[in-house]
Amino acid sequence: MGLEKINMPQLGESVTEGTINSWLVQPGDQINKYDPIAEVMTDKVNAEVPSSFTGTIKELIAQEGDTIEVGELMCYIEVEGAGSAEAGTESEEKTEEPSKDEAPKQEAPASKENKPQQEKGSKKRFSPAVMTLAQEHEIDLNQVEGSGRGGRITRKDIEKIIESGEIPAAKESTEAPDQPSVESTPKQQSTKPAPAAPNVQAGEGDVEIPVTGVRKAIAQNMVKSTTEIPHAWMMVEVDVTNLVELRNSLKKQFKEKEGYSLTFFSFFVKAVAQALKDYPELNSTWAGDKIIQRKAINLNIAVAKDDELFVPVIKDADEKSIKGIARDITDLAGKARQGKLTSKDMEGGTFTVNNTGSFGSIQSMGVINHPQSAILQVESIVKKPVYQDGMFGPRDMVNLCLSLDHRVLDGLVAGNFLARVKEILENMSKEHTSVY
Amino acid sequence: MAVISYIQAVTQALKEEMERDEKVFVLGEDVGKRGGVFRATDGLYDQFGEDRVLDTPLAESAIAGVGIGAAMYGMRPVAEMQFADFIMPAVNQIISEAAKTRYRSNNDWNVPMTIRAPYGGGVHGALYHSQSVEAVFANQPGLKIVMPSTPYDVKGLLKASIRDNDPVLFFEHKRAYRLIKGEVPEEDYTLPLGKADVKREGSDITVITYGLCVHFALQAAEKLAEEGIDAHILDLRTVYPLDQEAIIEAVSKTGKVLLITEDNKEGGIISEVSAVISENCLFDLDAPVKRLAGPDVPSMPYAPTMEKYFMMNPDKVEKAMRDLAEF
Repeated sequence: MGLEKINMPQLGESVTEGTINSWLVQPGDQINKYDPIAEVMTDKVNAEVPSSFTGTIKELIAQEGDTIEVGELMCYIEVEGAGSAEAGTESEEKTEEPSKDEAPKQEAPASKENKPQQEKGSKKRFSPAVMTLAQEHEIDLNQVEGSGRGGRITRKDIEKIIESGEIPAAKESTEAPDQPSVESTPKQQSTKPAPAAPNVQAGEGDVEIPVTGVRKAIAQNMVKSTTEIPHAWMMVEVDVTNLVELRNSLKKQFKEKEGYSLTFFSFFVKAVAQALKDYPELNSTWAGDKIIQRKAINLNIAVAKDDELFVPVIKDADEKSIKGIARDITDLAGKARQGKLTSKDMEGGTFTVNNTGSFGSIQSMGVINHPQSAILQVESIVKKPVYQDGMFGPRDMVNLCLSLDHRVLDGLVAGNFLARVKEILENMSKEHTSVY
Repeated sequence: MAVISYIQAVTQALKEEMERDEKVFVLGEDVGKRGGVFRATDGLYDQFGEDRVLDTPLAESAIAGVGIGAAMYGMRPVAEMQFADFIMPAVNQIISEAAKTRYRSNNDWNVPMTIRAPYGGGVHGALYHSQSVEAVFANQPGLKIVMPSTPYDVKGLLKASIRDNDPVLFFEHKRAYRLIKGEVPEEDYTLPLGKADVKREGSDITVITYGLCVHFALQAAEKLAEEGIDAHILDLRTVYPLDQEAIIEAVSKTGKVLLITEDNKEGGIISEVSAVISENCLFDLDAPVKRLAGPDVPSMPYAPTMEKYFMMNPDKVEKAMRDLAEF
């Protein structure tokens, strides 16, 4: 049941008021729409006022003999459904009248709910000035009462707080639910690592290591490479039995003569340099609207030191003998461990060879050294039984894993390149290969 | 200090400059014997004679052109356009010649000319006697546009304009001529061109305007002060080129800005002020920059009710200022 008002109708042009001659209904009377409810006398006509609604007369406001203006309230009528009289200002008048306890009660909670919502809307929208000041003085805007329209926090509100010195400090992590949604969108496009993973908090006993220097640079490069370059991956298995034999036969003598080790890695680097000569497609860089094929073959090698990773460069590897490469590796690794690498040692790389086998790894997916187009991982040499020439025999096997920039390279050329590396390595032997 | 009217300040400035420098002369329609339709050049003809107070034909292009030629020859002409509305035939002379001569001649020639013109409405002048034309000239480097609000500013700025070595458009609000009075020192003084002036210090809202609207803003500010709203009022005085520094400073003070002009809303002086603000003051702004201006209709209407609707007045200004303060 709802409440409606019946107002004094316009009973003719230029009529501004009417006098109630007599009420034709009493409170509690059931009436239909258009039933007469009162006789009204104006200076032009005497007329019956019809009801605008079907319902029960609730209360007569105007008394007989009263003169009231057109549009003024005559009486209340209770109708089916929600009445319009309950909303708006009329309700305030009614609350003063004890006889109408039902209607005001219904509308009170509704209006209370609406108001704060509106205010909150303005309160949450901050002007640039307010944002700037709040950030400078670390003011938690959630705790500030706004004096502007709709509860908006004004610049003056903030200035007053700053002047008073009573700054409501930001409460940490109470706003946690809001943060992920804000952070997640830009993160996807960013080529830099997110400045700090939100909501990752150190627990008791955990050690916090600040990300600085080389660690930061590594992080940035890795994110850049993996977000920018569509990586593809492939692997070949190479039989290096003869190579192992060759190297082991020279190992001791070489060390004595040259003063540094002849590592397996030197042979692999040499093979890669040679193969790159045949497949320059892998010695290239993606440059947006073009692909740049590098003439020089400068090979980065990865050297780890504590928590740092360096990728110094063996310059013109294609022009060097295995011995020359072995010496470069020794020099660069030594410099890296002593922290003596210069930027000159680090620049100009066109392709990267990574000696993951030194950790015993047999399979890995390298992250391309941006902006190069591929990286080759040389895995651990493992003795395996291999079926060959009608029998099983022990062979020295190694996996070579290649990550490639699929914008620049396709499987075919990468496969051909790997096959070429494999061929070169498998043909390295005492009979055919000189390290000098 | 004597209290004189806005137009008396014009006359005084002209008289004193003509006495000071014999190269200064006045030309325009009815400026001589008649002393100008508003009486701005009253008495000058008698004092300085017909050689220095020239009655010209009804040809604004010629008034500007003669002025430019004389100025390039070393004179300091003060040309009068009887109404700013009539300046249109002279636009080619002003924009193509006066504004560009120094630049085009690589500093060999310059045009030390002042063009005075009464502008503005609220005087039942209708279409051709009520317009604001400053926006037409406000993107012409080489010109300066001065629009003073008080007798003190009129005298100091008109003298500075006459002494300036480049062309200055000096627009006087015709309704202010006899409406606005103020103290003006007897001694010689000038005010710098290109500098805005703080007409009222305040901390709640900033009003930036010029000409007659400065007075509407000051009146509204007094009323609002009773409600505890404290308005800061900046009078641009020179509307082109703008005093950007003063604009930025005034905006930064409160972060709530109301820009007022009697001119049409779009593409006017205050639109450029708004651009300066948005380029420089983002982190000081506490409310959207508001413009209060005439409607975008071709001109001031004649019917009094319509003129009232178009014209700026203290009530409109007060309403807009209060609205911004409450934001």
